[in-house]
Amino acid sequence: MLEIKNLHARIAEDGTEIIRGLNLTVKAGEVAAIMGPNGSGKSTLSYILSGREDYEVTEGEILYNGENILELEASERAAKGIFLAFQYPVEIPGVATMQFLKVAMNEQRKYRGEDELTTPEFMRRVKEAAAELKIAPEMLRRPLNVGFSGGEKKRAEILQMALLEPKLCVLDETDSGLDIDALKIVADGVNALRSPDRAVIVITHYQRLLDYIVPDTVHVLYKGQVIKSGDKTLAHELEANGYADIIEAAA
Amino acid sequence: MPAVQETIDQVRQIDVDQYKYGFETTIEVEKAPKGLSEDIIRFISAKKSEPEWMLEWRLDAYRRWLTMEEPTWARVNYPKIDFNDIYYYAAPKGTTGPKSLDEVDPELLKVYEKLGIPLKEQEMLAGVQKSKIAVDAVFDSVSVVTTFKEELKKAGVIFMSISEAIREYPDLVKKYLGSVVPPTDNYYATLNCAVFTDGSFVYVPKGVRCPMELSTYFRINEKNTGQFERTLIIAEEGAYVSYLEGCTAPQRDENQLHAAVVELVALDEAEIKYSTVQNWYPGDKHGKGGIYNFVTKRGDCRGKNSKISWTQVETGSAITWKYPSCILRGDGSRGEFYSIAVSNGHQQIDSGTKMIHLGKNTSSRIVSKGIAAGVSENTYRGQVSAHRKAENARNFTQCDSLLIGDKCGAHTVPYIEAKNSTAQFEHEATTSKISEDQLFYCLQRGIPTEAAIALIVNGFVKEVIQELPMEFAVEAQKLIGISLEGSVG
Repeated sequence: MLEIKNLHARIAEDGTEIIRGLNLTVKAGEVAAIMGPNGSGKSTLSYILSGREDYEVTEGEILYNGENILELEASERAAKGIFLAFQYPVEIPGVATMQFLKVAMNEQRKYRGEDELTTPEFMRRVKEAAAELKIAPEMLRRPLNVGFSGGEKKRAEILQMALLEPKLCVLDETDSGLDIDALKIVADGVNALRSPDRAVIVITHYQRLLDYIVPDTVHVLYKGQVIKSGDKTLAHELEANGYADIIEAAA
Repeated sequence: MPAVQETIDQVRQIDVDQYKYGFETTIEVEKAPKGLSEDIIRFISAKKSEPEWMLEWRLDAYRRWLTMEEPTWARVNYPKIDFNDIYYYAAPKGTTGPKSLDEVDPELLKVYEKLGIPLKEQEMLAGVQKSKIAVDAVFDSVSVVTTFKEELKKAGVIFMSISEAIREYPDLVKKYLGSVVPPTDNYYATLNCAVFTDGSFVYVPKGVRCPMELSTYFRINEKNTGQFERTLIIAEEGAYVSYLEGCTAPQRDENQLHAAVVELVALDEAEIKYSTVQNWYPGDKHGKGGIYNFVTKRGDCRGKNSKISWTQVETGSAITWKYPSCILRGDGSRGEFYSIAVSNGHQQIDSGTKMIHLGKNTSSRIVSKGIAAGVSENTYRGQVSAHRKAENARNFTQCDSLLIGDKCGAHTVPYIEAKNSTAQFEHEATTSKISEDQLFYCLQRGIPTEAAIALIVNGFVKEVIQELPMEFAVEAQKLIGISLEGSVG
């Protein structure tokens, strides 16, 4: 589903190189965890995948279902099924969560040449997905992310993910700022979306989230490269011993 | 900052193509000779078969106007207007005043159809769930038709063109015309008194709640022609009326003048809600052409516990100079001003309100949302004052500005004056930009740039949109989106 080949990228504004020859393959149905110390390029990778223009790709390619997506706009990538759950979801004042969902769903459908959802159908889908995530209807009437608690914001992200039905989900530090109950709700939401034709990339600092979303593969990112890949036991190893050994071995 | 840069570039490239109402209609017209003189005023007055007192009133205003100076305090720039290079009267041939629908030139009906203005009463009735809206259609200098007149008359409501009202209800007009905006008020208002051509007249008698929304639709079609709208709305004791005006014009290289005067009078316990969706031609991407919209709008809360509420969505015009105001004369009266002013391209807006607290326990509320893009200048100018006897006057003002790009300007100029120690005035102001984070968040959800800007901006103006009559709220939201579009597609 996703093939990243020898990717090099830098910050457009000042030219700082962040990604330095990154290789990564994620298959359909796979849950891949990306771990790594602060500043290793984890969040940058999520932005480059989703098409944020603050970064410049200088070398390499990203193939999504065989198509090089580097030339596509962020909104086009989204409509093709790439979803990023933000570490810090953004507030959109005056725009009710419900309204935002409707615009997003219909814009994606429009791009794919599908009909807009009818209002009853839209309402049915939202109600169902919101109930699963224990989101009160009242929250859907509030402006998106404005005054939401940390847990509410993350749940709103997963709600959007569930409704937009992406093929490649990237979760950027979704566990940050969550208590254990909220973490469970979010993880259940993600697990419910696991399917043979969908891939999930979980970016995280800690093993904790991976107890609830159990990955198929684990990749260690350091200085803009994947320096080690393995199965879920690699995450436990990191939890126990830290990154130092792996970094040393790779050096 | 490439993401936002692209948006700025797109917005900067705004072209006339976005203006959906720029078409011109070829229709035979009857014009007064170009220029302004006592003879031209006599010509207009004669065309409208006005009584002698009306002509005298006009001539007095004209003589006074000749002694006045054009105001220069607004933050707008434009070349000096040659008032003798304007046509002051243009009417589709054969229209001396509004007729019944069957008599209206089909070409004119087509214009309004194209603009999406429902003039056929039957059609409107066909849509069951839609509420009825009575329309007065003003084309250049004359009202061509007023719908639902008969039905309104049954409720006691008078809704007709001002020209007609001068002939049919001279006493009412005489009593109220110029009583809120006196002929001496200001340069453009005085000019309007001399040469006003048409507009609407509304009278809602005691205790009557007007059974439908009233609206006037202004269209400037003729080249080099000024439009001098005059509207007068009176709500007697305990009456209620909601009125909406809309305006469009063809795209032309020359600037055109629209100098209007609107007067509202609310007596005891009466309420007037006045909404404007202003979409005059804004000029092209180089700032060529567009309407000069120099307007004096004022409401007088003459009676106790009366209420006047102004809501405006200003997206058009090359220059807007407009301050819909409330004189809170009656004890316990209330004034409201809700405004969305969108400027793009080379547009210049200097708009706001005045809340003049005279009576006891009067209150006012101002919510102004300015959105500036392109190389436009967007100024909020507002005055809140409490006179010595205005005990317990209350005002709350909120002015928010949103900037798109870095070549535009937003300015807030509040004048606050309290001569009574019990007055309580609050003023809040914010200026913000659409952040790259907000934009990227929307893009990542599959919402393309232009739709994302429209969504964010509509969120920003939501408080004001809610004040519009339901039927127009959706239209206004779309209009705001279109006004900020960078390129069609």
